[in-house]
Parts: sequence; structure tokens; C-alpha cells
Amino acid sequence: MATSSFISTRLSSGPSIHTPISKKNKLSTKIMAVMTPQTSDRKPSTTGSVKTGMTMTEKIFARASERTQLSPGENVWVNVDVFMTHDICGPGVIGVFKREFGDDAKVWDREKVVIIPDHYIFTSDERANRNVDIIRDFSNEQNIKYFYDITDRGDFKANPDYKGVCHIALAQEGHCRPGEILVGTDSHTCTAGAFGQFATGIGNTDAGFVLGTGKILLKVPPTLRFVLDGEMPDYLLAKDLILHIIGEISVSGATYKAMEFVGTTIETLSMEERMTLCNMVIEAGGKNGIVPADATTFKYLEDKTSVSYEPVYSDAQAGYVAEYRIDVTKLEPLVAKPHSPDNRGLARECKDIKLDRVYIGSCTGGKTEDFLAAAKLLLASGDKVKVPTYIVPATQKVWMDLYTLPVPGSGGKTCWQIFEQAGCNSPNSPSCGACMGGPLDTYARMNEPQVCLSTTNRNFPGRMGHKEGQIYLASPYTAAASALTGFVTDPRDFLH
Amino acid sequence: MASLTNPTTLSTLTHHHHQPSSISTFTLFNSPKHPSFTPLITHSTITTNPTVFRRTPTITSATTNPSPSTSTASFHGTCYVVRDNIDTDQIIPAEYLTLVPSKPDEYKKLGSYALIGLPSSYEQRFVEPGENNSKYSIIIAGDNFGCGSSREHAPVALGAAGVAAVVAESYARIFFRNSVATGEVYPLESEVRVCDECRTGDVVTIELEGSLLVNHTTGKQYRLKPIGDAGPVIEAGGIFAYARKTGMIPG
Repeated sequence: MATSSFISTRLSSGPSIHTPISKKNKLSTKIMAVMTPQTSDRKPSTTGSVKTGMTMTEKIFARASERTQLSPGENVWVNVDVFMTHDICGPGVIGVFKREFGDDAKVWDREKVVIIPDHYIFTSDERANRNVDIIRDFSNEQNIKYFYDITDRGDFKANPDYKGVCHIALAQEGHCRPGEILVGTDSHTCTAGAFGQFATGIGNTDAGFVLGTGKILLKVPPTLRFVLDGEMPDYLLAKDLILHIIGEISVSGATYKAMEFVGTTIETLSMEERMTLCNMVIEAGGKNGIVPADATTFKYLEDKTSVSYEPVYSDAQAGYVAEYRIDVTKLEPLVAKPHSPDNRGLARECKDIKLDRVYIGSCTGGKTEDFLAAAKLLLASGDKVKVPTYIVPATQKVWMDLYTLPVPGSGGKTCWQIFEQAGCNSPNSPSCGACMGGPLDTYARMNEPQVCLSTTNRNFPGRMGHKEGQIYLASPYTAAASALTGFVTDPRDFLH
Repeated sequence: MASLTNPTTLSTLTHHHHQPSSISTFTLFNSPKHPSFTPLITHSTITTNPTVFRRTPTITSATTNPSPSTSTASFHGTCYVVRDNIDTDQIIPAEYLTLVPSKPDEYKKLGSYALIGLPSSYEQRFVEPGENNSKYSIIIAGDNFGCGSSREHAPVALGAAGVAAVVAESYARIFFRNSVATGEVYPLESEVRVCDECRTGDVVTIELEGSLLVNHTTGKQYRLKPIGDAGPVIEAGGIFAYARKTGMIPG
């Protein structure tokens, strides 16, 4: 037996090495090798000596940090493809940038910075208005290519560049692309993961750093895999799916982790539905949400971007922290009850909850398809709403769609016609609106301790304004159904 | 219906979920902390930045301590205790986000609003009306402190109000990251639920080198978890200082 070559082969392929058995059955006094007892369940693949499969999030990190292989837990400097900021964090980011890089410093790439006023726009609050001026001055000084300005607050339509809610604007303007790294000064930046990219929220200081260098130090997150299968019931929306998941794993269930959504159901979801899903991963503490890019993604991007992109996909042997399998046909419409997004409840079990108002808007539930869904349910009922129902489209484009797109099955009626017939309030100027309260004069802000059901993303105490306000989070279907009764209502009461 | 008047009710609303037993495939991955860089700082100092809003941790001596620590390796003061899932809207409500943290006078104002979003079930206010600073320099918290929005105004408001450190059972990641990047508050993790054993007003000391939280009022001590990968960034004085030290940006 060629013992020495045997040993050298074993040594090069892994940590465990064998003591050769002497053919002569004589104990050799020369120690050739020692076998260490196994003390932990550690597969050779975790030592890095064997190339492991990577999840799509890991692959994006690898490419962005110019590495061929990396594992969760590693800290790497990655190149940022797109950086986004808005009116409430922009000024702070600019302050950090100038402080650290100098008053005359230039941003790392004027075409990769997207500045989107959207939070406190339609208000008379002087500081809020000043903040939009600050980001305008900076955009002019830096010749920022994508600054979606608003100067006439009295009439949003008079501002051709103005878009509205940043996460929806990013998607609609083609800034979200598979395989890329997008960071933004807003926790719901994770929305863009719907496009098969890594997207996460960062603070002003990290953002100031990115502005100057185009890089950020990130820890590679391990991935939680959610496999959703089954035909989506016609009374469920992506909002129900994510509320189910958050309720399952809790508001800290995905902390420091990536949430990967796959399965036959996911494949049938539209881009806007995928955005709703990824939007709320932060509510589970997730670092990012991600959906593999497919024909739906490519079709959406066709007319929106000419920048080339390269999608990535998880390897079959990629390692996941955990895998959850969900049969969507067994799910029911849900709400998140006060005061936590993980306080999951069945809509039908909350039918005794009396509402003071219903709010349909925000990056989570104020997109075109969200309004089409609400309109579809209102149309099916034919009744009028029993409580004030606020309609706040996310962007200018969504607003236009409300007034122009025909609602399927309505004989050519637009969303707005259906909303008007049902007695909803007129659609308000596109922005983040009352989702987070905001300045006291924000439209639909909850200034009294009322009970509100909304299509937004958070319901912690004081989220929409008043500390004692009670917020139920739900899908657009559930919101419309609840508006019709004045109580939390399962949409199946109106949809069959 | 949930009531805001009883803090116990609030904490029972948080669900500590376990993974469902019906997972079909389960790959347990204990991600070991892999520092891909070695700490460059061997002594525990926190560099100051000349501009007014970058803070060094303030050391408050307690009257009961005959020999107050002047080393930056410890924090000493009265603590303020909060429960689980304190989101950033409670730390600094959205209506105050028009204040820009990089402007010195607005930075101060943010301090005056720190934790003003806490429900009225918290009987002691963190910052008295009309004040900019809090008398509490250490926050003791439960799980998932700083969850919700990514607003950096949250650790900034706490820092501006005079908070030196937070000892939480766990953090939401963006808040933790922002604390480290800004250097505003030192985010430490406890091994047990210290928020159940400490009360607002207790006098405490945090020993960084010994990873210890000492509650002088109750006489109990608690192990703190090592700071981990964030250590070198915090010790350098934030992400920019760290980047300069490691050569990522010119010094």
C-alpha cells in the first residue's frame, strides 16, 4: 500500500487524515498522521475547501465584490449599482457626504444616483419644503441625472419630472434590474428584490459613504427560502401571502437574513405583486427579499431600461438556513392587528372590529394593480362605502392609470369611476401620504385615536399619526370589502 | 382589542415564533462569525470628530460610586428600560424627520424628541418637556430594538439626548448598523432578558473590556455578548474612520 501517497491525497482534500494500518501488524513508532476526533457536525463544504452552491443573494454579493465564492457571515465591500435617497434623508446624506469628502466633492457616479422627493411633499411645513430645496440644490450642483423634482406643490400634474413614492418610481423608471445591488435610505428599498436583485435600506452615514465611493461594507446574509405553491385563490393577493409569512416567523424572524421567494405561485405573480411581497420583508427584520427573474420580469423591463443586466439564480445545492413550504390554496385573507405587523389574524375572525376609516395607498398597497383589485371588489358589490375611504396613488403614473385604465369586467369603467360611484374620497396627490403620519397637515393623517384599516406596511403605535390610533394592515381586497361594511371584512363576502 | 394602557399587554402581543415542524427540507447553518479583516485597533479608544454632532460616549458619574471611571472602556449612569420591538417610529416619530441630523441645531432638537413616541404606558418620559437631554444615559431593551424604518434619526436622537449605550436582548439590523456607522450609541447585546430585571432609574455600569453590565441598584451583574464584527468599526469611530484606517478611502 502506497501509504505516503495515500496520506498526501487525503491531506489535500480535507481536514481529516487517516492513520495508515501497517501491513506487518507491527506498531510503528514513527507517527505518520493523527486523526482528530470529530467534535462538531461540520461538513467539508463549510471549510471552504470544497466549492459550494450559492444562493442568488450570495451570487450577487460575489459578483459585486469581485469574488468567485463567498459564504454567509463574511463582510465584503461591494460595488453599488444604484443609490436612492428622498426628501427626508437626502439632506442628512448630503451633510455627511460634504463633511467627509469635502464641500467640493463629486458623487461617485452622477448616473447611478436617483433622488426622489416623495415623503413630505404636499405640506406647508417649512422644514419639509426646505428639504426638497436642499436636494434640488445638490442635484443641480452635482448634475444628477435622475432627480424627479417638484416645484409646484399646489398641482402635482404641473411637475413633469415628479414621480412620487420612491420604490414604485424606481421600478417604473427602469432602475431595478436583476443581479444588481441597489441601496436606498428607506427601509422599504427591499421592494426592488422583486426584480431578482439585492436591495436593502441603509442610513444617512452609510449613504454618504456610498455617494462618495460607490461602495458599501455588507455582511453576506444567509437565506431563508419560501416555496409557495398552488394556484392563487381569487380572493387572495400578495399582501395576504407576506402577512402570512410575517405572522409565521415574527417581526424578527428574518433578521440579518435574505428571504427568497420561489414556487409555482410566485411564478404566476405580476411584478407589482412581487413588489408587494418583497416590500414587507423588512417587517420580518429581513435584510432583503428576492424573487428570481423570469419572463414576467424581462417583459416588464423591456420598455423601461436599456441598461444590460445579467440575472442570477440559486444553485440547486445552495445552502439555506431554513425552508418553508406554503400551499397557498389553504390560505385565507388576513389582517395584521394592532400594534405589530406579525399580529396575524384571519379577516373573517375580526368582523366585529368597527372601523373609522380605510386607507388605500403607499408603496405596499398604492400601485396600479392594488387599485384595480379594490375597484374590482367594489364593482362586484355595487354598494357604497360606509366609512371615509382614502385613495392615495403611489406615483403620477398610478394616478393616471386610475383615470384611464379600464377595470376588467366593468364594461370600460375606470378605477376612479368605480371609486366615485362607491363614495370613496377623490384620489389625492401621489406621495407616501399618511402611511407614516408625517407633518400634521398630511392628507389622511390620523390625528385622533381612530381605528383604520390600511393597505400600508406598519402598524406600530403612532405609525399613522395618533399614538392611540389602531391600525389593521390588509390587502386591497380586504380594504375594499371593509370599506363597504364599516367593519373588518373578509373579501370573500363580495368575491365569488 | 389591544389596549395601550397596559405595558404587559403590549409585550404579550409580540410573538416569539418557532419554526413550524412541517418544513420538508431543513439545512441548519450556524454561520460562524468570519471576520475577513483583523481589527487594527488594539486599544479601546473612540476617536472624536471635530464637528459638533459626532459624540464620544459621555460618562456620567453616579453619586454612589466613590471612584468614577474616566476610561472610555466603561459607561456609567442611570438606565431607562423599554420592552420588545421598540420601532424607530417610537424612538423618533415621523413628524420630526424634517430635522436634518447633520445640522447642529437640528441635531440638538432631535435629542429633545428621543423616545417621545413611546405609548403613555411608559410613565416616565425619557426627555422632560423643554429639555434637550435625558437624565438616562443607558437604555435597557428587550428584543428587536430599533425595528421598522431605517431612519438614522433614531440612533442620532438617542445620542443627541445623551445616551451612551444601549443594552438590548437583540437588535433590528438597520438600527444596529446605523448605531455603528454613526458612533452615536454603543449597541450591546445581553445574554438574558435584562429588561425584565432592571427598572428605569437603576444605576448601572457597563464594562466594555469585561463585557459586563452591573446594576448597582439591584446588585446583579450580567454578561454581555462580544461586539463581534462591528467592534473594529466602532473602535475606529464609525464607518468613515474605519474606511480610512483600512485604506478604503484616503485618510
